Amino acid sequence: MLRLLGVAWWLQLKMRSRSAFDGLLSLIYPLFFATTIFMMFAQGGAAGKALLSAAVGASALGIWSSVSTSAAFALQMERRQGTLELMVLSPRPFALLLVPLTLSMATIGAYSMIATLLWGRFVFGIHLDIASPLMFLSSVAMTVLAIAMLGALIAISSVRYRSAWALGAALQMPIWLISGFLVPLSALPAWVRPISWVLAPTWGMSGIHAAAEGRDAARDLVMCLLISIGYGVLGSIVARWMVRSARANATLALS
Amino acid sequence: MSSLRLFFVGGLTSYRALFGWLSPWILVPTFMLTPIFQILFFVYVGRAANVEDDSFFLVGNAMVNAAVPCLFAMGNAIGGERMSGTLPLVMVSPARRVPLFLGRALPVILNGFLVAVFALAAGATLLRIHIPAAAWGGIALAIAVSSMSCTGLGLLGAAIALRVRETAVMSNIIMGLLLVFAGVNVPTDVLPHWMRNVANALPMTHGIRATRGLISGGSFGAAGRELLWEFALGALYAALGLSTLRWLEWESRRKATLDTA
Repeated sequence: MLRLLGVAWWLQLKMRSRSAFDGLLSLIYPLFFATTIFMMFAQGGAAGKALLSAAVGASALGIWSSVSTSAAFALQMERRQGTLELMVLSPRPFALLLVPLTLSMATIGAYSMIATLLWGRFVFGIHLDIASPLMFLSSVAMTVLAIAMLGALIAISSVRYRSAWALGAALQMPIWLISGFLVPLSALPAWVRPISWVLAPTWGMSGIHAAAEGRDAARDLVMCLLISIGYGVLGSIVARWMVRSARANATLALS
Repeated sequence: MSSLRLFFVGGLTSYRALFGWLSPWILVPTFMLTPIFQILFFVYVGRAANVEDDSFFLVGNAMVNAAVPCLFAMGNAIGGERMSGTLPLVMVSPARRVPLFLGRALPVILNGFLVAVFALAAGATLLRIHIPAAAWGGIALAIAVSSMSCTGLGLLGAAIALRVRETAVMSNIIMGLLLVFAGVNVPTDVLPHWMRNVANALPMTHGIRATRGLISGGSFGAAGRELLWEFALGALYAALGLSTLRWLEWESRRKATLDTA
């Protein structure tokens, strides 16, 4: 299983890094948002921890950005290329085949995070004094995994939706907002918070912010891992149901 | 008469084929949900950064969403034809190019206008921001002029699509530039001098400024001057787009590169 995940992740990563949309745009597009946000915080005179938190949050936008639209559209692309049937026919569980696919998207988002942090440091002069570098890297890795698992769940759930890219694009900013990338959850209306708590990226981002500021991130990372596993279980149930239904009704190709 | 028919009927047919927007599965997420989420996202970031008021972010983000159809649909006017294999047919057609492409621009302008009006009205309702009834006429004009001007830039994108295959990537990058430079979330007054110069040469900047002025009770005269600039920029971009199309079409014929770009 590990070999499958590793080989498929590497293959997908190579393919995506050669795509202008998934590779180049995933690196560049979050930079526009991060630049705007850096300028907003600079205008507000942010400094110290507030500025560091904004820089870290803005840099992580790209991880979700590179997954949201692409994951929702991923199975439609497989359908267009004629490889969806092959994936479904594979002896491996269908849900498992989607994890390396969305993990490769999130990995490109992690490239974008590094690029954005460097952009913040050298263009905006933001000092990146990360208090716990090791915990910070662990939190980033966990967030990448959490976002990949959420992406896989979205990909599976939207397999019957021809225009899933539109839904994926629409999901970009709500997740940025309610997962606490830049805005503390306490600033959001109370009814939004329970939604935030069931989103694994919320806990991953909380861990990233905590590690950057020198607070303990362990509880956040455990929550992030548990919810990600929950996505995996839910995804495999949905995938089995979807595949069985598509086989029974001969609707995999949607035509 | 044939030019008029080409302008109206050709434009509408092409637009319907281009976007498939009659499907609510695309229309609702793209043109209704995304603008509202963008407004809310920047309103909350603005509160966290302690800058400007909600109204500032409402106007900037509602207006810039008009650029989504204006840039993407116009860019795809060429890219979509190439993907569906009909670009050579369009290029060998004896149809006059100006009504052909301007006809495609008209429904795009209307689409952009409706997206921005919806985003502004829905965002104001959600955020409980009062927009004076008397200001709506001027605001509608500002949105219409900004949509037109942005479509001019989209027309230039459509021309470049004769050389660039990835029109969606190009349109996203232009959209990102508007987000950073056009005073959407950061007032142009606080930008460095060079960025202010770029902002003044971009569509949307003057339209957004005019709309903010009208909402805060400014005179129509001051807004009118900004809108004249916005209109002039749009006309300039449209002329540049049509000229570039003509030149690149000629180049494509000469070098046989229509499908190899």
